[in-house]
Amino acid sequence: ILPCESDFPSIFIYGHTSSGKTYVMQTLLNTLQLPHVFVNCVEYFTSRLLLEEILMQLQSCCSEREQTSHVHCDTFNDFVRLFKQAVVSRELEDQTLYIVLDRAEQLREMEANILPAFLRLQELTDRNVTVVLLSEIVWELFRPSIGCFEPFTLYFPDYSIGHLQKILSQNHPPEYSADFYAAYINILLGVFYMVCRDLKELQHLAALNFSKYCEPVVRGEANERDTRKLWKNIEPHLKKAMHTVYLREISSSQWESLQRDDGEPGQLKGLSAHTHVELPYYSKFLLIAAYLASYNPVRTDKRFFLKHHGKIRKTNFMKKHEKTSNHLLGPKPFPLDRLLAILYSIVDNRVAPTANIFSQITSLVTLQLLSMVGHNDQLDGPRYKCTVSLDFIRAIAR
Amino acid sequence: MASDQIRNKGVNVTDHDLTFRSLSEVLQNNITPYIALLEAKDCPGIKNLMQKLMGQLMNCYIDVDSSEDEDYVQVSHNRIRCSMTSLINWYEHVTKKPDSETPSKKRTSSSRHWQSPPVVVVFKDMESFSTKVLQDFIVISSQHIHELPLVLIFGIATSPMIIHSLLPHFVSSLLCIELFQSLSCKDHLSTIIDKLLLRASFPFKLGEKVLQVLINIFLYHDFSVQNFIKGFQLCIVEHFCSQPVSVLCCQLVDAKKRADSLSHDQCENIRKLPSFRRYVESQVSEKQIALLTVDTYLKEITQKLLEDLHVYHENYLSVLRCLHVFTSFLPKYPLGKQIRELYCACLENQVWETEEYESSLQLARMLNKSDLVTMLQQCVEIFVSSSGKEFDNTVEKLKEFLTQFQKLEEEAFQEQDVSVSSQKELQKKTDLYHLQKTLLELKESRRSKKLTKFEMLRFEVVDYIDSLVRNYLVPANHKTLHEIMYFNTASVLREHLNAAPRIALHTALNNPYRYLKNQALKSDEGSISNKAPDICIVYKLHLECGRLINLVDWLEAFSTVVMGAEGPNADAASSDQVDDIIHARFIRAVSELELLGFIKPSKQKTDHVARLTWGGC
Repeated sequence: ILPCESDFPSIFIYGHTSSGKTYVMQTLLNTLQLPHVFVNCVEYFTSRLLLEEILMQLQSCCSEREQTSHVHCDTFNDFVRLFKQAVVSRELEDQTLYIVLDRAEQLREMEANILPAFLRLQELTDRNVTVVLLSEIVWELFRPSIGCFEPFTLYFPDYSIGHLQKILSQNHPPEYSADFYAAYINILLGVFYMVCRDLKELQHLAALNFSKYCEPVVRGEANERDTRKLWKNIEPHLKKAMHTVYLREISSSQWESLQRDDGEPGQLKGLSAHTHVELPYYSKFLLIAAYLASYNPVRTDKRFFLKHHGKIRKTNFMKKHEKTSNHLLGPKPFPLDRLLAILYSIVDNRVAPTANIFSQITSLVTLQLLSMVGHNDQLDGPRYKCTVSLDFIRAIAR
Repeated sequence: MASDQIRNKGVNVTDHDLTFRSLSEVLQNNITPYIALLEAKDCPGIKNLMQKLMGQLMNCYIDVDSSEDEDYVQVSHNRIRCSMTSLINWYEHVTKKPDSETPSKKRTSSSRHWQSPPVVVVFKDMESFSTKVLQDFIVISSQHIHELPLVLIFGIATSPMIIHSLLPHFVSSLLCIELFQSLSCKDHLSTIIDKLLLRASFPFKLGEKVLQVLINIFLYHDFSVQNFIKGFQLCIVEHFCSQPVSVLCCQLVDAKKRADSLSHDQCENIRKLPSFRRYVESQVSEKQIALLTVDTYLKEITQKLLEDLHVYHENYLSVLRCLHVFTSFLPKYPLGKQIRELYCACLENQVWETEEYESSLQLARMLNKSDLVTMLQQCVEIFVSSSGKEFDNTVEKLKEFLTQFQKLEEEAFQEQDVSVSSQKELQKKTDLYHLQKTLLELKESRRSKKLTKFEMLRFEVVDYIDSLVRNYLVPANHKTLHEIMYFNTASVLREHLNAAPRIALHTALNNPYRYLKNQALKSDEGSISNKAPDICIVYKLHLECGRLINLVDWLEAFSTVVMGAEGPNADAASSDQVDDIIHARFIRAVSELELLGFIKPSKQKTDHVARLTWGGC
C-alpha cells in the first residue's frame, strides 16, 4: 500500500473470520506510523456515537495534548464540517488520514446515508482521507439501492493448512525448541483441521493442551524426539478436548483444572448433559398436545381422538401429496381451540378449565417452547406453533 | 475472554425475582458493589440495554459512597453517552478512588472488595432476550475485557442447551462458561412444608383436602412456591375469619389464658363443634350436664383438651418422621418418597388400615441388617431431639434393639457350624432307607423353619414400630377440638385459587342474582325473567339455539320476553312491528355478547351469527 492513496477514496476488505484483516490493518498502520482512526461499528451502534467517536479519536491522534473534549455531532453534515476543522488544526494536510471501520456490516443497519457518505468522504470533505471498511460479507450485499461510489475491493483468503502451521508454530514458548513445538502443532492440526480452521480457536486450543503434551517430557519418560510416545499420550486427550472444550460444553478453566487433577472427564457434566426440563403436569400435556396439533393434519384429529370415527377415504389428491413427511416440513400453526380440544382428550381425568391452564400456555411461550404466530392484536384467534423436537417430547412423555 | 456463569433455574417464573434479588445482595456484600439486573422486557435493543446497565451501575456507585464527604458528579441520564467508553471511564474513575489518602469510616466495607472488583451483570430471563441484543453485547464487552472486568450471569429456566441455540459459535467462543444449578422447586416445597406444617411450634395446621389442593396446584400447574405461600396465607386468613373458635389457636400459654376469659357466646360455639359433641357423648351423664351448662367447668375441660392437643402434635410429628425414615428405605416407596406424601396419607385416615401400609410392613420384614441398623439409629436421633419425657422409653427400647443387633454379629458364625454339620451328615454313607429318612427330616425342618435370631429381632422391631404408629399417628379428626387448629374447607380455597373465567361468566349471565343481589332477579333455573338485564335474556335465549342463530328470530324472541312485562295490556298495534327501543337494546346486547366471545358473525349465511361455546366451558 503506497502512501499516496488519493486515488482510492475507499477500500473494502472482506474475508472469512480470522483471515487476518483486522490484524494486518492495525499492524500496518502502527508500523508505518500512519495517522489513523480505528473504530468498531458494533460497539458504536448508532450513527451519532460512531461519528462522535471518530472525531474524538481524531482529536487525540497525532497530538500530544491529552484533552478530549466532548464533541457534539448529530448528523453527517456536522461531521463533515467538524472533520474539516479537525484536520486543519492537526496539520495533517500532507498526510493521508485513514479511517478504518471494522465490522462494517453494521453500517447497513444505521441511517441510509451513512454508508454512501463514508464512501465519498474524500470528496465531501476535500481532504486527504481514505476510508477502509472491513467486513465478512461480500460487497454485493452492501451495495445500497440508490447507488454509491464503488470502493476498491480486496479479498483476504483463508489460511491453508501450511499457513496455519507456520503461524501457530511461531508462538512457541521459549523453554522448548521450535521443532518440538512444530511437531505438536502438526499433531494438533491433524486432529482439529477437519472441524475447525479458525485461527483464534486453534491458538486457544494449542495453548490449552500444550502442557499435557509436554507431560511425558517433564516426567522424564520420553525426550523431545519420541514422537510416537508423545502421540499416544496426547491423542485421546485431544479427542476428549474436541468433544468438550471446542463445543463449549465446559469452560477452559474447568478443563485446565481437570488436566491438573487428571480426573475422568465423565464426572464433569458438560452443558449438553443437562437437557432435561422439569415441567408441571399439565404443562407437559399442553406441550404434547401442541406437538400433536402442529404435526398432525387436521383431518386426522377426528380419527385419533374420538371414540367412534369413520374411515378416512384416501382421495387422489392425498395420494399425490403424501410424500413429504410432516416432520421435515416443520411445525404448522394451529388455533388455540384445537389445542384445548386435543388437551381435553388426552388427559385422563377431567381438566377443569381454570385460568391456570391458560396462563401456562403463555409461560410456555415465554420459555420459547411454543411460539405465537400472527399478530399480537389478534385477540379472538391466537395461533401457536410448537418449537420443540420429537426427542424432547419423548423425554417429557415418560 | 469474558467470563460468564449460568444458573439453571426452573419453570416457576414468578419466584425468580426474589432469588435474583437475594443473589445480588449476597454478591454486593461479599464481592463487588457493582451489580446490574437486566430483564428482557426492558431491553428490546442494544441501546436500551446499555442505558439500563449504566443507570443501574451508576446508582450503585452513588449508594455505596453516599456517606463519604467527597463530591461526586450527579449525572443525568440524558447527558451521558450510552457507550462502552463512558462505562469504562466511569469504572476507572471509581476504582481509582481507594488510593486516596484520607481513610474514612466507611473504609472497612470497601476493603472487603478487591482492588478492581468485577462488574456483575445479571440477565434474569435469558430465553426472552433477543439473540441480536445478546450477541452484540457480548461482542462489545469482550473487546474491552481488560479495562472492564465483566461477569455475566444468565438465568435459564429450561436447559443450558439454550446457550447454543441463542448464541452462535463465534459469540459463545468468547465466553468462559460455568454451570450452576439451583435446587429444584420440589425441594423448596418440601422445605417449606417441613418448616411450616411439620413443626409443633406453629399451632395452625391444614386439613388433608386443603393440603392436597395446594400441592396439586403446585405440581400440576406452575411449580411456583410463591403461589403456594399465597394459598397458605389465604388459608390462614379464611380460618381466622370464618371460624369463631380460632381465637384459641395460638401458643399454649396464651390459649389457656384466653380460654379462661371466654364469653358465654364463645362457650356456646365450642359446644357446637362436632368433635366436642362426640366428646360429651362419651362422658358420664353428670359430667355431660356440667359440660353443657356450666361455663367454668367447660373452660377447665377446654384447657385440658388444648394441652392434650399440643402434646398430641408433638408426639405425632416425631413418630411421623420416624415412620418416614422407616419407609424411605423400602424399594418402590409404597407410602410415598417424600414426607409430605406420608403426611397427607396420615392426615386422611388411619394409616395402619391402608394397603400401602401393609405392603410396607411386609417389605420391612425383608430388610437387611445394615439398613435396619441405620434406620434405628436415625429414629433414635429423632426421638432424642424431641422435647418432653414421652419418648424416653422408646429411646431405651430402640437402643436395646441396636445392641441386640450388634450381639448378633458375634453369634453369626456360630450358626454356620450348624448348617455345615447338617451337610456333613448327608455325605456319610447310608443306604437308601436312611437316606430317605434324613431327607424327609431336612424337608420338615425347612418347612417349619426355625427363624434365625436376626429374623426374630427384625420382626420385633417392625412390630414395635407398628405399635408406635398405632398409638401416636391417630388422624386429627379423631381428636377433640381439632377444628380450632385445622382448616379444612377446601371448597372455599378452590373457589379462590382456581379461577375459571368462563364459568364465572356463565354464572353471571345465567343467574344475575348471584352477583347483583337484587331480590327481584331471583328466579328459578328454567325460566327467563323479564326483569333481568338485557344481556342475560339474550344469553339465555342463545343457549337454546343450535350452531347458527338467525338474528331475526332471536330479536322476536327477545321482544316477546321483554314485552311480557307489560302484560296482556299491550296493544296489538305495536305487536306487529318491533319497537325501536327494543331493537336498539337487542343490538347492544348482541354486540356485548360478541365482545365477550360467545358469538361471532358467520360468513356462511347472512343475518346469522355462529355460536362459539357449548356446554359449561
